[in-house]
Amino acid sequence: MTRIRFHQELDDLRHRILAMAGMAEQAIDLSVQAYSQRDAALCQRVLNNENAINRAEREVDEFAIDLLAMQQPMAIDLRFILAVLKINADLERVGDQAVNIAQRVLNMIEFPASELPVDIPAMATKVRAMVRDALRSFIEGDTELARHVLEADDEIDRMNHEAFSSLSRYMGEHPDRAVQALDALSVARNLERVADHATNIAEDVIFWVRGADVRHGAGQTMAGN
Amino acid sequence: MATAVEVRDLKAWFGKTEALHGISMAVEANHATAVIGPSGCGKSTFVRCLNRMHETIPEAKAQGEVKIGGMDIYSTPAVDVRRKVGMVFQKPNPFPSMSIYDNVAAGLKLNGTHSRKTLDDVVERSLHQAALWDEVKDVLKKKSGASLSGGQQQRLCIARALAVDPEVMLMDEPASALDPISTAKIEDLIFELKQKLTIVIVTHNMQQASRVAEFTGFFLMGHLVEFDKTEKIFTNPTDKRTEDYITGRFG
Repeated sequence: MTRIRFHQELDDLRHRILAMAGMAEQAIDLSVQAYSQRDAALCQRVLNNENAINRAEREVDEFAIDLLAMQQPMAIDLRFILAVLKINADLERVGDQAVNIAQRVLNMIEFPASELPVDIPAMATKVRAMVRDALRSFIEGDTELARHVLEADDEIDRMNHEAFSSLSRYMGEHPDRAVQALDALSVARNLERVADHATNIAEDVIFWVRGADVRHGAGQTMAGN
Repeated sequence: MATAVEVRDLKAWFGKTEALHGISMAVEANHATAVIGPSGCGKSTFVRCLNRMHETIPEAKAQGEVKIGGMDIYSTPAVDVRRKVGMVFQKPNPFPSMSIYDNVAAGLKLNGTHSRKTLDDVVERSLHQAALWDEVKDVLKKKSGASLSGGQQQRLCIARALAVDPEVMLMDEPASALDPISTAKIEDLIFELKQKLTIVIVTHNMQQASRVAEFTGFFLMGHLVEFDKTEKIFTNPTDKRTEDYITGRFG
């Protein structure tokens, strides 16, 4: 093994992005919990944590860019750093979606609770599983697991469409509860976007491990192979 | 794309030690092909077989087929081969006592060209091609090759090789002894020269290979492990050994 320092720095980068992933995952967990429990304190925690996620994003970016400039990585190392840069941006967006959900929940709990025709907790469970699997596929370099994440996204899209249809109908029938329904609709859309970010992360894992670009349904490996 | 150099089952020995174990490679015309690998992998031996330089070493021999522009180099006199296949080495080696002009004209004179007009034209053209003309045009016959800087000497050697109008230029770590500016000039030059001839460059510098070459071959212990488009080799190589080498996991 040569370039020992470089490989130590790659490990360091891996630890930094995993710390960032932990924060983003916790933010989405807290915001979903806040929705289920109508808990303003949990919402506040999500809002308070946003700065830390943003700071971590900048630090990971800086570290990765320094490695690119100073070490001129090749092949799987180059792909790893490029993947980390993209995953980093996706994790920061996951944090933003958690903040959006928390803000919606804070708005919702100003109004009386109402029985809405949407199963947000069920959707949240699936989305959190996608995020968890995407991150696990990254930790283990497991492209099979990453593939499962890509497949799971269709189900979330379907759930989001269903939420849109049923909540739109509900608003027509119960205009007095339109605010609650709109907030729930917004939460469903935020969860759907979290699933999209998990999908992006899974695609980046496949790019890193196999050099294959599978975005937008493509199956090309790099350099046209 | 046309093939400029066709290598089939090339083997080379130093005494009884086999240094190349049956290399086959098709080098595309008007492109640069980089040859990379750890020290002792056979990359320099490989390029030295392409103009029959290898066999100038005592007890060294080569076997196999190397065709350059359809010419089988092992059934062609070595001097004719080297006229078609120029070579530039790691350390610039101008003739120290000769003027810049005579350094460039040396190959032509050896080939029997003595017309002053022809020599003047070829010297100027070659120095232009080697991107050295503007720096030396006023001292062509006043200064010796050895009086130039290292980077200029290397370009002088390239001009000398170009003077006999080769089809292929072999470069064995041509910039490894040069500073970054001189290295950049050599790399720019490679880019220009590809339009006229075919380049095979041995380099230890993988960034250099990725900058100048369209194709790259990775050698290891006398074997050609992988040969492909350069971007493929450096972003997503097929063979684990290639990946381990270019990412510094061994070597």
